[in-house]
Order: sequence, then structure tokens, then C-alpha cells
Amino acid sequence: MKIREIKDLLEAEVLCCEEYLDHEVYSACCSDMMSDVLAYVKDQGVLLTGLINSQVVRTASMMDMVCVVFVRGKSPGLDMIELAEDCGIVVLKTNHRAYEAAGILYCGGLTGNTCKEA
Amino acid sequence: MADNITFHFDVHGDNFSSAGEASQLVKKKLRQLGFTPDVIRRVSIAMYEGEINMVIHADGGAADVTVTDEDIIIVLADRGPGIPDVELAMQEGYSTAREHIRSLGFGAGMGLPNMKKYTDTMTIDTEIGVGTTITMTVKHKA
Ligand SMILES: Nc1ncnc2c1ncn2[C@@H]1O[C@H](COP(=O)(O)OP(=O)(O)OP(=O)(O)O)[C@@H](O)[C@H]1O
Ligand SMILES: [Mg+2]
Repeated sequence: MKIREIKDLLEAEVLCCEEYLDHEVYSACCSDMMSDVLAYVKDQGVLLTGLINSQVVRTASMMDMVCVVFVRGKSPGLDMIELAEDCGIVVLKTNHRAYEAAGILYCGGLTGNTCKEA
Repeated sequence: MADNITFHFDVHGDNFSSAGEASQLVKKKLRQLGFTPDVIRRVSIAMYEGEINMVIHADGGAADVTVTDEDIIIVLADRGPGIPDVELAMQEGYSTAREHIRSLGFGAGMGLPNMKKYTDTMTIDTEIGVGTTITMTVKHKA
């Protein structure tokens, strides 16, 4: 799935790195605990989260993720957007809640890829 | 034989937002040096977990990274409270982090085991009331 389709499915607003909307992603994960993302995520390219702080972007960057989706209409600060810009990570913002957003993407064909051994 | 490349960073304990800056820079440097994505990712994750630990548990410290012909060596040194029981701290799920840290997305007790998992060697030197030094190496030669 292209990041652009995630944006469309979630009726999301693009906050930065619009130029990468045509990048392909193959799986996603959803968590408010960055500890768990660092420990359990393997090669999911997209992170859905309700947590707002700069460590969300740093965690995504360390994990080589390409897109962060902030759920529940939460807005990241300008410093976070600048950081994401610097890391080349597309930041999306959707009004859907985490559970719904994840469900919409899953039904759209973007899986969690948990069959792969972490 | 080429000279070793070294990086030094001060990690500030009073600023949670800036935690991870050192790891971010090292990641960039390793990319410029042409290391494989796998090596870069292992170093980045291990160093980032350690850097976060220095900020949330030890009020900051210093990070030194050395790239040799064979290894990438990461040394994280702090003057924090020390770790009373290293074996216990190394267990998955063990954390002394308070609710405040959890609300920031950390404190699952996964950092130290993760650092061990992603590196080839890891040693912890710690003394109560004096501080903790963690040394990790990642081999980059196939
Ligand atoms: N540099 C340090 N100085 C003092 N104590 C530490 C340090 N690093 C880790 N610890 C202790 O070891 C425990 C386990 O660390 P670990 O990184 O595994 O988990 P955590 O930091 O609590 O949570 P997570 O890493 O999942 O966010 C910590 O809760 C803390 O008590
Ligand atoms: Mg930790």
C-alpha cells in the first residue's frame, strides 16, 4: 500500500514530507509504548500512536519507519514536525481513534505482519 | 590500517525531548560511512535505549562511539544512582520507572534486554551512588 492510500483511508492531514506519499509500505503497528515498539517491532513501516512527544519520531527513525500517524486528532508540536522532516518521515494526523484507524488500514490490506518471528 | 573514528556526546538529563539526539547523529554518521542497514539499525536501537535510560534513570551522562576496523563500540557512562541488581534489571519486564515515565511511552522494562539482543557484547559496570557504564559492541565485518 502506498502512504497516499493510508492518508485517503484515514482521511488524514499530511503534516510533513508530502513528497514521500508514493512510498510503498507493507505492514504497520499501533502502540503508545515506545518501549514495546523498540522491543517487538520488526520491519513495520508505519506507526500509529496516540502518544505525542518527540520520542515517537525518534523511535520511528531508529526503527527505519517511514510514516507516523497521530490518531484522535492530536497535533504534534512544531519541533516534532521539524524532527520528522529531518528524518524523512511522513507525518499524518487523523481524527479516527487508534482502534478504528488500525481496523480501517487492516481491512484495507495493510497487515501487522506478526506471523514473522520478531 | 585506518585510524579509528570517534564521536563524543553529552547527554542532558534535564531534557526528555532532546534524548536520542546522540543516537540520531550516530545513525546519520554510520549511514555516511556506508555501513549496512542491519548494522546501523542494531547500533541505533541499542544506543537509543541506553541513551533514554541515562535520561530517565540517571540524569544524563556521556556517550562515546568508536568505529574500528571490526567493531562499533558504544560506551554510555553516567553518574546516576547505579543499578542495585543487574541480573534483575536485565529481565524482560523489570522496571523501576514511575507512572510519569510510562505516560511518556517508556518504562516497560524492555530496554536492557533489547540492548543485549541487538549487540554482540554488552557489559554493565555499576556502583551504587557512583554511576553506571555500559559498553556494547556491534561487529560490522561479515
Ligand atoms: N543508567 C541507569 N542507571 C540506573 N538505573 C538504570 C539504568 N539503566 C537501567 N536502569 C534500571 O534498570 C531497569 C531496567 O531497565 P530497562 O531499560 O530494561 O527498562 P526501563 O528503562 O525501565 O523501561 P524501557 O526500557 O522498556 O522503557 C530500569 O527500570 C532501572 O531501574
Ligand atoms: Mg530503558
